[in-house]
Amino acid sequence: MKITQISVFLENRKGRLYDLCRLLGDNGINIRALNVAETESFGVLRIVVDKSELAIKTLKDNGFVANLTDVIAVEIADEPGGLANVLKVLSEENVNVEYMYGFVEKSSDKALMVFRFEDSQKGTEVLKKCDIKIATAEEIEGL
Amino acid sequence: MIWNEKFECMSPQELRDVQGQRLKELVSYVRYNCGVYKDRLASIGISASDIKTIDDIAKLPFTTKLDMRDNYPYGLFSADQKDVLEIHVSSGTTGNPTLVGYTRDDIKLWSEVMARTLCCAGAEPGDTIQIAYGYGLFTGGLGFHYGAIEMGLRVIPTSSGQTGRQLKIMQDFQPKIIACTPSYILFMAEEAKQMGIDPAKGNWKIGIFGAEPWTEPMRSEIEQSWNMLATDVYGLSEIIGPGVAQECTHKNGLHIFSDVFYPEIIDPETGLPAEEGCDGELVITTLTKQAIPLIRYRTRDIVSINYDKCACGRTSPRISKIKGRTDDMIIVRGINVFPSQIEHVLLGIEGTQPHYQIVVDRREHGLDYVEVMVEVDDKIFSDEVKKLEQLQQRIKKEIESVLSIGVKVHLVEPKTIERSMGKSKRVIDKRFL
Repeated sequence: MKITQISVFLENRKGRLYDLCRLLGDNGINIRALNVAETESFGVLRIVVDKSELAIKTLKDNGFVANLTDVIAVEIADEPGGLANVLKVLSEENVNVEYMYGFVEKSSDKALMVFRFEDSQKGTEVLKKCDIKIATAEEIEGL
Repeated sequence: MIWNEKFECMSPQELRDVQGQRLKELVSYVRYNCGVYKDRLASIGISASDIKTIDDIAKLPFTTKLDMRDNYPYGLFSADQKDVLEIHVSSGTTGNPTLVGYTRDDIKLWSEVMARTLCCAGAEPGDTIQIAYGYGLFTGGLGFHYGAIEMGLRVIPTSSGQTGRQLKIMQDFQPKIIACTPSYILFMAEEAKQMGIDPAKGNWKIGIFGAEPWTEPMRSEIEQSWNMLATDVYGLSEIIGPGVAQECTHKNGLHIFSDVFYPEIIDPETGLPAEEGCDGELVITTLTKQAIPLIRYRTRDIVSINYDKCACGRTSPRISKIKGRTDDMIIVRGINVFPSQIEHVLLGIEGTQPHYQIVVDRREHGLDYVEVMVEVDDKIFSDEVKKLEQLQQRIKKEIESVLSIGVKVHLVEPKTIERSMGKSKRVIDKRFL
């Protein structure tokens, strides 16, 4: 039950993130979750939006380098130790997390987090085995 | 002092006679000993008997860097490899490097022209010289070494790098002369100041700087910070290495040792002689070399030439500082860099586009550095920073192994590299030259 993340290459240049957000906003695309990984000379922006297809087309048409990445959105108890409990399971099963970040909104009283695993298949299986709820694409779109 | 008054102060007519005679011998020598020249001269029907005066040089074909690459390794050699005592290799434009070699007599010639160079700059026997040009495949270090020994200097062969140690040696042995690249001497001045050493407080007399382009403002800065006379040396490995031309203490052009390295200034488009005193491409014929003599070698360096007798007494003509290049070669810390080398690397890395830009800059009072911008496209882009950094590192490593200098690689967004007439502007040289 993967959801779609859009990854965008961003040069460390003034106003570049603004350009991108403005572009999405002008096209009626809403950002649900966002994360920026940065290095000395460039950054990679990762977003989950309500209209992925339109977003990727709009970005590419405007000269951005972007691609679609399958990620997993996990529901986590919004209480102390909630995230630790999930990571414990992953760690015990040797699932490596490439990166993760949180959603702005919630679908229930639980927090939503995006996970990108080194081995996406294995990560999904482990989560299922341990009865950790994975959000569906529909649920995300319905936020 | 003048090392070889006979040749350096010869009357113009006598010099022309010597040059004409030597050219005749050269043509005869290469026609007999070098397959490439034999075929070339035979195809245009030229033999030694066609050379009456030095002006007959215009009948001969040019030799280019491409010829050196195409005939790598030994095609342009005239001497048997068993008589070659030393070889030097430098990077070529793409593919094959440039190989040069020296027989025992060539080493003697190199020692002679470098002794002339050092004397021309103002060195006196007994002076101490710190040679901070790289020793090794680069011809700078060894060329200076041979000449310094020949004329009787005390040599401190520090080679390049290890700046702290260079400064310690300067303080302990108080050399009068230093030879290195102009950007390195400025870098050393800064390092000295940071260590609380005043570089001007030494026994300095002369600096001999070359292997990269530099400017009059840099000269003033070097002279002030080191309290020395800063002179310019010119050379290229294809001709001999350093020792082709050198400024005298009047600093009014570089005396080219034209009895052995015959200069012509041509229009690079037509190949015809440039008008006297005007800028053109410097073409050099090595009149007396044995291992790999070159006829009318196109240096690609743009200079002008002045045949007037100099106030120092030398009659050898003077070339100007290098005013530019006829190709896109850039020189960084003494290393020749061709944009095509970088293109070659990028084409070899799967997924990268040959859209790149080279930015060369000089830190204030410091060394030149190179940054390579490479455009990222969908094929190589990844959501994982790790993978992009690995790619960046791989490009860096491969470029560095080809160029032999450190570079910084930046991944940039597509279409951000300025394109002129559809073709990217490959090189941005910001070194206020």
